[in-house]
Amino acid sequence: MTDEKRLVIPGEVIAEGNDYLPGEWTEKRGDEIVAIRYGLFEETDKLVKVIPISGTYQPRRGNVVIGKVENVLLNGWFIDIGTPENSFLPVSEVPRYVNRGELESVLDIGDMVIAKILNLSKKGIDLTIKSRGLERIDDGMILEVNSNRVPRVIGREGSMVNLIKKETGCEIVVGQNGIIWIKGSNIEDELKAKKAVLFVADNIFAHGLTEEVEKMFAKEKKNE
Amino acid sequence: MSEEFKRPDGRKVKETRKIVAKVGIIPNADGSAMFAFGDTIAIAAVYGPRKFHPQHQQNPEKGTLRCEYNMLSFSVSDRIRPGGNRRSAEISKITEWALEPVLMLDKYPNAVVDVYINIIQANASTRCAGINAAAMALAHAGIPMKGMVSSVSIGKLDKQIVVDVSKAEEDWEEGEGPTDIPMSFTSDGKMTHIQLDGKITQKQLEEAIDTAKEACAKIYDIQKNALKEVVNEK
Repeated sequence: MTDEKRLVIPGEVIAEGNDYLPGEWTEKRGDEIVAIRYGLFEETDKLVKVIPISGTYQPRRGNVVIGKVENVLLNGWFIDIGTPENSFLPVSEVPRYVNRGELESVLDIGDMVIAKILNLSKKGIDLTIKSRGLERIDDGMILEVNSNRVPRVIGREGSMVNLIKKETGCEIVVGQNGIIWIKGSNIEDELKAKKAVLFVADNIFAHGLTEEVEKMFAKEKKNE
Repeated sequence: MSEEFKRPDGRKVKETRKIVAKVGIIPNADGSAMFAFGDTIAIAAVYGPRKFHPQHQQNPEKGTLRCEYNMLSFSVSDRIRPGGNRRSAEISKITEWALEPVLMLDKYPNAVVDVYINIIQANASTRCAGINAAAMALAHAGIPMKGMVSSVSIGKLDKQIVVDVSKAEEDWEEGEGPTDIPMSFTSDGKMTHIQLDGKITQKQLEEAIDTAKEACAKIYDIQKNALKEVVNEK
């Protein structure tokens, strides 16, 4: 087992012997630990797991996501966040008082909204917009990347997204479901930020990606 | 006899046509793959797990696999009428049954995984190419799977068992004529699909199954390499 991250495919034996513990997306079959999903192999303290690199968004509690209002009901909204389950935002999870029958004035069909996953159950997903920064999106730019690439776009403790924010002066919210909102004072800044985000998303396997992006910004400054 | 047997394209009896496999060919899909046996080319796109419509078909116990096999009108020399027909409906269902045993869809209740298989060029063994492409595309889409599925067609031309039947061999006219047996195996050698068109004795069928298992092990390696290649490019 080397440091280098290697790709495994479903059904591949990734560890043998009883010393190893099967982690996420792995399965124990007799003495062997088998990957059950396509992704990168990772081992930490004898715990082996597979990190997915493709596929649809897996919702988790506490995730900040960006979604589109699908339907308005009497007691809340259905939001499409790209999951097969229905996600519901009840009126009680809106930070201010909403008159009955006036839900459209808060969020209407087709509106984009930043929300947080409050709860996951068999029946579906419950959302909230009661925290700071969670609200309806009125302007700016929306783009989509694969949700498995979101960790790289954010970077370690937000280093990557903070760098892009600083360099472009844009406000950026990265939803865990891969939808990204960019808002700047002008279109040029927004496009610059978009280019940087897509660059990161396209090169998730590169080493020293933050430096790469810094270089990219420096080059752009020279050209101006 | 097997040493002298002449196949129309000069292949050895246990030799497949040139296999090409690629992953990630359709950017808009959640997973995609291409698989070719010589002139037979299949492309597969996977979408989901996503919401299952119509809702009344949803299964609250586990996710559903939905396959759609389609031959493009220009895939054969005599233009075929585009759209579904009896044959494509059968192959779609067969593909579902061949792949379902390895999929772990219990994590996605009420959802559906859609697989669209398009044959862009056909020269026999299209369903096998389709199943191979679909298995790769499903893995690429990050669907939890117990293993891969590999598929190959075994032919009996007169009395000779051959691997990977081509169109010329499907129309074999000498002796007992042609028998076509498409088969699919999981990566640990369990059969998930077998069909038989023609006549064969029990003994020869056993031989055919062993031959198919061997061929599928080779196809599995090609699928595996194709899946592992994607990242190295980036």
